[in-house]
Amino acid sequence: MSTSIHVELWQVAASLVLVALAIAISFWQRADLERDIAVATARSIIQLTLVGYAIKLIFEADTIWLVLALLAVMVFFGAITARHRAAKVPGSFGPLLIALALAGASTLGLVVALGIFDPTPRYLVPVGGMVIGNAMTASAVALNRLGDEMADARVRIEATLALGATPREAAAPTVRRSLRSGMIALVDSTKTTGLIFFPGTMVGMLLAGASPTDAVRLQLILLYTLLGSVSISALVATLLAYRNFFTPAAQLRELEEPPA
Amino acid sequence: MLFELREVGLDRGGRAVLDSVSASIPAGSTAIVGPSGAGKSTLLRLLNRLADPDRGHIYYRGQPLVSCEPLALRREVSLVPQLPALLEGTVESNLRYAAELAGEPLDCAETLSRAGLDPSFAERDVAKLSVGEQQRAMLARALAQRPAVLLLDEPTSALDHAARDKIEAALGELRREADLSIVLVTHDPEQARRLGDQVLRLP
Repeated sequence: MSTSIHVELWQVAASLVLVALAIAISFWQRADLERDIAVATARSIIQLTLVGYAIKLIFEADTIWLVLALLAVMVFFGAITARHRAAKVPGSFGPLLIALALAGASTLGLVVALGIFDPTPRYLVPVGGMVIGNAMTASAVALNRLGDEMADARVRIEATLALGATPREAAAPTVRRSLRSGMIALVDSTKTTGLIFFPGTMVGMLLAGASPTDAVRLQLILLYTLLGSVSISALVATLLAYRNFFTPAAQLRELEEPPA
Repeated sequence: MLFELREVGLDRGGRAVLDSVSASIPAGSTAIVGPSGAGKSTLLRLLNRLADPDRGHIYYRGQPLVSCEPLALRREVSLVPQLPALLEGTVESNLRYAAELAGEPLDCAETLSRAGLDPSFAERDVAKLSVGEQQRAMLARALAQRPAVLLLDEPTSALDHAARDKIEAALGELRREADLSIVLVTHDPEQARRLGDQVLRLP
């Protein structure tokens, strides 16, 4: 897998033609996205360049502590980003932070312990980024659904509490559906992988000149790692977050006016 | 005394829903009446700790309510909410869920008939019941726990006359059961007189 590929700056500049096309389509069809596309493009250049240099430094320093610090920063910002999508869940930051940290630590720990990857920056940085990014999306989707479902099912959940059910029992169907919605996107894309789209890692390796066998094998490892990470993060986030809807006396917290 | 309320107050959204309510609710059948917005439903939810008051004290059989373990209390003081909210599945699976929570054996046919439902309802999918039938299934589900107290929140407000009469007939029978007390919230003074041994009026 020790292939390398060199991309010239003019090649990147030339690809901006397609950004111009996107802006033109938005302008022509009045989609009102020109500004967003420009901002997104500028941010992608700045952010990826900065992170490129950071990764270069981390690769050259070759110490595990820098890698762990970078992953911790990713977990922190991932939790902040996911929190915006979980606006209806009270106190969602803590559950998200723990979910992302656990998902990252356990899946990376496992692939290293199994000897799949060496514990070096070259593997841990890119794989960690994918693991935490996917965990973020899954837990954000799960908690977004949890917030909606808890609001919709309020009457049924309180009626179940009224029978002496624990909050966990009363919220079980809601938690189950939220977990499912957090996981389903990756399960579906894993099903169609190779048929409808080529995953990024495989494309990157093929472009870099790796053999198709190696590219496919690495991609499979990553897909399965992501499945693990997505399941753990969605599970931990929902199981921790649903508790915030209840008081210690097993009452539903008042988030809106009760009927008089 | 079954329940004793002393200077009970509760605020929601900066507004007092209940303010300095003092009352005694004896064993037997009590109807709570009052205009819409008087806090009747809120008061009922305080009695099995689905909410706790911000001010004042409530006692259940002489014991401070806040010292009662909420889950055990709710299996003994069972609340039937205003709107039916059954779990997905059959009527029997709902009754069994409630009975298992309370650790009680379930006689499905007997429980259904106490709630004024034919035993054939056991196998019915709750999604295919009328609102009146769902409300009686909710009543049966509460009865499956063999509670000492039944709290009923406007049990007939969403129903037509025929469905209302069926619920009232079932409640009339339950009133005669010596070991079951009923606290019923209603906006209808006539219904309060029909079903309550005593009537408690909220201002």
